[in-house]
Amino acid sequence: MNSLATCLAATAVFLVLLPLAAIFAYLVYKGFGSINWAFLTQTPKPVGEPGGGMANAIAGSVYILLIASTFGVPLGIGAGIYLSEYGRNQFGNVIRFTADVLNGVPSIIIGIVAYGLVVLSQGHFSALAGGVALAIMMIPTITRATEEMLLLVPIAVREAAYGLGVSKWRTTLSITLRTATSGVITGVMLAFARVAGETAPLLFTAFGNQYWNWKMDQPTAALSLQIFSYAISPFDEWHRQAWAGALILIILIVFSVTAVRIAASRGMLKGAS
Amino acid sequence: MANRALGAPGLGGPQPLTKPGLAASSQARYQPLLKAGDSHLADRFFFIAILGCGLSVLALVGLIVYELITKSALSWHAFGLKFFFRSDWDPVNNQFGALPFVYGTIVSSILALILAVPLAVGVAVFITEMSPRWLRNPLAFITELLAAIPSVIYGLWAIFVLVPLLRQYVQPGLARYFGWTGLFEGPPYGIGMLAAGIILAIMVVPIISSITREVMTAVPQQQREAVFALGATRWEMIRTGVLRNARAGILGGVILGLGRALGETMAVTMVIGNRPEIAKSLFAPGYTMASVIANEFSEATGDLYLSSLIEVGLALFIVTIIVNMVAQFLVWTVTRGMPARSNA
Repeated sequence: MNSLATCLAATAVFLVLLPLAAIFAYLVYKGFGSINWAFLTQTPKPVGEPGGGMANAIAGSVYILLIASTFGVPLGIGAGIYLSEYGRNQFGNVIRFTADVLNGVPSIIIGIVAYGLVVLSQGHFSALAGGVALAIMMIPTITRATEEMLLLVPIAVREAAYGLGVSKWRTTLSITLRTATSGVITGVMLAFARVAGETAPLLFTAFGNQYWNWKMDQPTAALSLQIFSYAISPFDEWHRQAWAGALILIILIVFSVTAVRIAASRGMLKGAS
Repeated sequence: MANRALGAPGLGGPQPLTKPGLAASSQARYQPLLKAGDSHLADRFFFIAILGCGLSVLALVGLIVYELITKSALSWHAFGLKFFFRSDWDPVNNQFGALPFVYGTIVSSILALILAVPLAVGVAVFITEMSPRWLRNPLAFITELLAAIPSVIYGLWAIFVLVPLLRQYVQPGLARYFGWTGLFEGPPYGIGMLAAGIILAIMVVPIISSITREVMTAVPQQQREAVFALGATRWEMIRTGVLRNARAGILGGVILGLGRALGETMAVTMVIGNRPEIAKSLFAPGYTMASVIANEFSEATGDLYLSSLIEVGLALFIVTIIVNMVAQFLVWTVTRGMPARSNA
């Protein structure tokens, strides 16, 4: 019975790692051959013409993520500071709980809300709407991570600052937040990685675009949207490009998550204790 | 460490009280930090700004609820509660019923849980109790990597690898040996409820297993030693000492996985077939609440059509909120206030 259970558990691990290995193997196998200079520098070609690339989609993803971070990061960190420095009470619990609720909201619903808020008032799909949708998704993750990291900073550190006559706001920003910086950055990067591959909230906010766009109020291409529309298309050439786009997307995400993981194991606790 | 860095000027510096001659220089060193005067006002401003950030979280959820309710009012007035029990979805004639989507969402999520729960618990048991120490962290990291893959990439992989595999090998086999159950009938398209359930299962395993690991780690070490001391084998120890104590938390993890499966959009949309029909066979194409919104929202013409889609969204929102709340509560009963991460 004992060894049977061990066997079953090991089998479970194997069965879980199998799709992971398969996904990565296919990504590399199918995607690597399709990434070339044209893919990285050109915009999509019309159906039937070979070649073309996803340069505008890569740039669009970065653009939307920048907009999202501009809104999401300050708000998220601010809310985290509120929770850890002023929120050890009933009202703090309400916000904490609401942040967890917001974290569990399906991404497609965030898309509907961003559509109602931004797209309807602007009159058309836009990069701004996509950015707002992703920002809403980033906020709860950053909030909870910031709170957790600030709580790791010992009370004595704050008291030492107060003892020197430093005001509360200055203590919070230059002492507490600064001590927890690497932890907070970890949280921000995790939120970033989480929304970087999101597709559902962009479907009817950023909408996608075949051409370059740098205007906030115009539809913008995104890597994930491009992968989706190419994957469900009937053309082999587009399937090939979908794999290449997926490989680039996953490289970006895995790179940032791994970097964060290493940074977290090296720096975070050292800075906080 | 930060403590030391902060205290350095004070500790290393001269003692102002005993050596009055040096007081002036130490005063100068403290100067940049000591900003009395309007610090009270600045504190007020800072508090208000930070409170604003905190309130924005509340405002966002309020906004979501407000948007969903006001924008779905039209459909609510037209169909009432019957909306969720009608199975006709006919945009041309302005007749909308969400039953096929509710059915598809529930069936695909339950199928995913049936496949994922044993695997996820097995993985968690292996990582926390059985694996060699050196393998623990890498294994935990790799399973969590599964959670970092974007759902559109799962969908892409499912379309080009999983679906052909199902069509050629798995579905004919299932139809031959289990066709009599009625669950595995009809032409093996590959695309359909079964494919959606499998891809969802792959996606929720990391969530369930990371929560399960968390609650299993929260079971006190003495408990394990006590069961061992009674002469139990390792499996008996895990079963009676660990799993039984952590079961509420594990259930919480499972429900959290359910919440994720209910709201999952892209991967499901890409493989479920997107046909608003209710069929008993798992081979048949279906449709889920999230995927109908994803597919039809941007081309919905007519106010009632859009409003019906938003009502589907509202229902999905309410269900996932309830599911997540139950899950958080269950996990909390085991870990006692240690935060339960709903998303890795």
